[in-house]
Amino acid sequence: MIKKITRRNFLQGVGLSAGGLTLGMQFSVANAATIEDKSFAPDVFVSIADNGQVTIISHRSEMGQGIRSSLPLLVADELEADWNRVTVEQGLGDTKYGSQNTDGSRSVRKNYIKLKQAGATARTMLQQAAAKIWSVPVSEVTIYNHQAKHKSKGMLDFKDLVKVAATLDVPSKDNLTLKTEAQHRYVGKDNMSLLDGKDIVTGRAMYGFDTELPGMKYAVIARPPVVYGKVKSYDDSETLKVPGVIKTVELPALTPPVMFKMLGGVAVIAENTWAAIKGREALKIVWEHGKNASYSTHDHEAVFIKALDDPKETPRVRGDFDAVKKTAHQIISADYHVAGLAHATMEPPAATAQIDGDIVNVWACTQTPQGAQQNVMGTLQMAKEDMANIKINVTLLGGGFGRKSKPDFVAEAAFLAKQTGLPIKVQWTREDEIKHGYYHSPSYQKLEATLDENNAVTGWYHAMVNHPIMSTFNPMAKTAGMVDLGLGDVMYDIPNIKIALGETETFMRIGWVRSVTNINNVFAAGSFTDELASARKLNPKDNLLQLIGKDQHVDLNKDKYAYSNYGENIKDYPADTARLKKVIELVAEKSGWDAKSQKNGLPKGHGIGIAAHRSFLSYVAIVVVVSTEGNKVKIEDIHMAADIGKVVNPDRVRSQLEGAAMFGASIAFYGEVTAKDGVVEQNNFNDYQLVRMHQIPKIHTYLVDSDEKPTGIGEPGVPPFAPALCNALFNATGERYRRLPLKSLTLV
Amino acid sequence: MIKLTINGKLTELDVADDMPLLWALRDVAKLTGSKYGCGKGLCGACTVHIDGQASRACITPMSYAQGKNITTIEGFSDDGEHALQQAWQKFNVAQCGYCQPGQIMSAAGLLKNNPNPSDADIDQAMSGNICRCGTYPRIREAIHHAAKTLSGEKS
Repeated sequence: MIKKITRRNFLQGVGLSAGGLTLGMQFSVANAATIEDKSFAPDVFVSIADNGQVTIISHRSEMGQGIRSSLPLLVADELEADWNRVTVEQGLGDTKYGSQNTDGSRSVRKNYIKLKQAGATARTMLQQAAAKIWSVPVSEVTIYNHQAKHKSKGMLDFKDLVKVAATLDVPSKDNLTLKTEAQHRYVGKDNMSLLDGKDIVTGRAMYGFDTELPGMKYAVIARPPVVYGKVKSYDDSETLKVPGVIKTVELPALTPPVMFKMLGGVAVIAENTWAAIKGREALKIVWEHGKNASYSTHDHEAVFIKALDDPKETPRVRGDFDAVKKTAHQIISADYHVAGLAHATMEPPAATAQIDGDIVNVWACTQTPQGAQQNVMGTLQMAKEDMANIKINVTLLGGGFGRKSKPDFVAEAAFLAKQTGLPIKVQWTREDEIKHGYYHSPSYQKLEATLDENNAVTGWYHAMVNHPIMSTFNPMAKTAGMVDLGLGDVMYDIPNIKIALGETETFMRIGWVRSVTNINNVFAAGSFTDELASARKLNPKDNLLQLIGKDQHVDLNKDKYAYSNYGENIKDYPADTARLKKVIELVAEKSGWDAKSQKNGLPKGHGIGIAAHRSFLSYVAIVVVVSTEGNKVKIEDIHMAADIGKVVNPDRVRSQLEGAAMFGASIAFYGEVTAKDGVVEQNNFNDYQLVRMHQIPKIHTYLVDSDEKPTGIGEPGVPPFAPALCNALFNATGERYRRLPLKSLTLV
Repeated sequence: MIKLTINGKLTELDVADDMPLLWALRDVAKLTGSKYGCGKGLCGACTVHIDGQASRACITPMSYAQGKNITTIEGFSDDGEHALQQAWQKFNVAQCGYCQPGQIMSAAGLLKNNPNPSDADIDQAMSGNICRCGTYPRIREAIHHAAKTLSGEKS
């Protein structure tokens, strides 16, 4: 349902002028509500001003994935707008947009058709307006590049059509003609420039850290070193002597569950960031650390390993693995470990809040403005009816990776603004970000496979234990979580499959990090697959293709398995083995796999490895070439092939793949968060390292020319990287690397 | 009061001697183009030019910056027309973009001393600048391109 919007305050709410033509889109056909109705919940707005300028609202958060460039392309293309006359405005947090939660690699998947319809609706109305002005049949009017054209009447600019178009009825969705792929002028083209490209290179781009308000003060917070720790007492006398420090404010202690609540501690409010930091250093706080102070990552390894051997749940069971294991000709077994990980966004969390009467204005680098709204509502104990009084302005995000979908930092800003009556910017230092994260849990995994006398794989067992993400929402949750992300959804055509989960308690905040548990599950499964190639004396690519088997849509709802398929019906987005094999074959062909993977196919000390995985409904295969000299490793070459269905913005898809490889390389060589006595031991980029420029070669990316439904690419490039790398290391050295990070090796 | 020249303008800032230049630029001079990433000189997001040399503003105390000539990304060119800024846009280098002002200021420091850098020269000069999104290969490409443009301008 698409409606014209005329109510002035509605327009002001999204920063648009009331002139011209504005279309609000509502796609839930169930209730076609009027604009005055509260239930009107549009996904996106297109507006055309009297001067012909097109404004498109971007309702998703931009964190480097290019969504502010990509989504508006769909609208502008269908609208036949001149891209130079398009402005993109960032939408406030508001349920009228539908979900704004920018995670799960789903912005394009969820909005592709909606946005095309938005553009086509406006185009159709402009076409009708031109026909009316010229008194000619609509069919004789064409719309191209911000103009209507007629063979005898000439042409009219959008600005000449807006007033008449605004008087027309909105065409129904059924009466829209969407462009074909071939008719697209922007969508799918590789030469689209970045919307924020110039602002970024001139320093004008505004991130959460960059908000400045009149009278604004700066806050840094001394948070409890241990989760659920409390301030027993504190002395701020030295703090208050620091020039520029205004005051200190104690935050309420955290109570279970952690959710997105504030961690507690003491905030230092100052005239500038430096004074706040110095003031924090001068605080004398006596902490009551609480029971999590008994946790040490190192000691908990034994608990994990015990839990791994005694799994409590088997969420997917095909055939009878235990039986086949008893009669197997050969059993292959290996254990894997991936350490805990921090997000390490280049911009740490930051939020600014200002209370203006009943209104709470917030500026934040959040992936989830509506989640931030709810979190502020809860923190300030506001009534649900007043939710609209909380205005979440989404700044650019200096990286997100899942950290900024947890709005704890927004709650802190709102709380301090309320307590002090001042506009407050809360900035997390790097140390804050590393030491108080929502971590990717350390994990332990056991894989077993059975071979028959013909070397066929007859059984696959994959057990995993981690601190579940669910513990963030339910402190009682113990069973390892996220079985659907690279664990239960194994696509191999093996007759006996058993997936198992262990249990353990959780002592830190756990959250999702780019590609989530696919990181550890696919590291283990992708590495173990390569171990099977060795056991079966097969080329790793051939082994991989054989395990995947025939072309089919794998029914992941069989085998006592309730598979969530990233929230989509598996009939609409099947687990398609043909697509998985295609990306493997593509990356193999382009990387010269067949020649290089032969004995002596590469120089001495070199190795080549491959891994592939379907995640977030997208298919990615990666080939990595390494060279080794003693314990020194150099990444020589990276090849990545992806099938994400129809591609909206190929350049941004490639950039996400490139970034995913580097994210994967950082995980493989460096990623490790550990706690001792409940306190995270890492601090900054010296002890939580990330890959640097000299360590990364040119990255080759290949996109499958696909007519399938579009899916996302923010995350799917990450999971296959680490196994492809470690398989290459095996090929180079004959050593298996089953624990990440690779502490015995140095990346040069 | 500490006097220094910021982007060609003589400026007086009422800040503590030990305040790092980064916070003076961001919080006091309200130039937010230089970014905070680590506060320890580990990531390069805060890179500015001090008397023409690429330097980490987050570990440069104001007592040192006093009397110096500071160039930030805002003053690097009038409107983004420097060859590096153009090349950055041509290759769509940025992802989130947060580290890129620092990357560009470091790259400018490199090209000043070495107008025709090799891949290895670039890697060495730029390895102090972290990009979490993973734009390194494109940065390398953009620097080569800008170097060519600049040498063409000179010849």
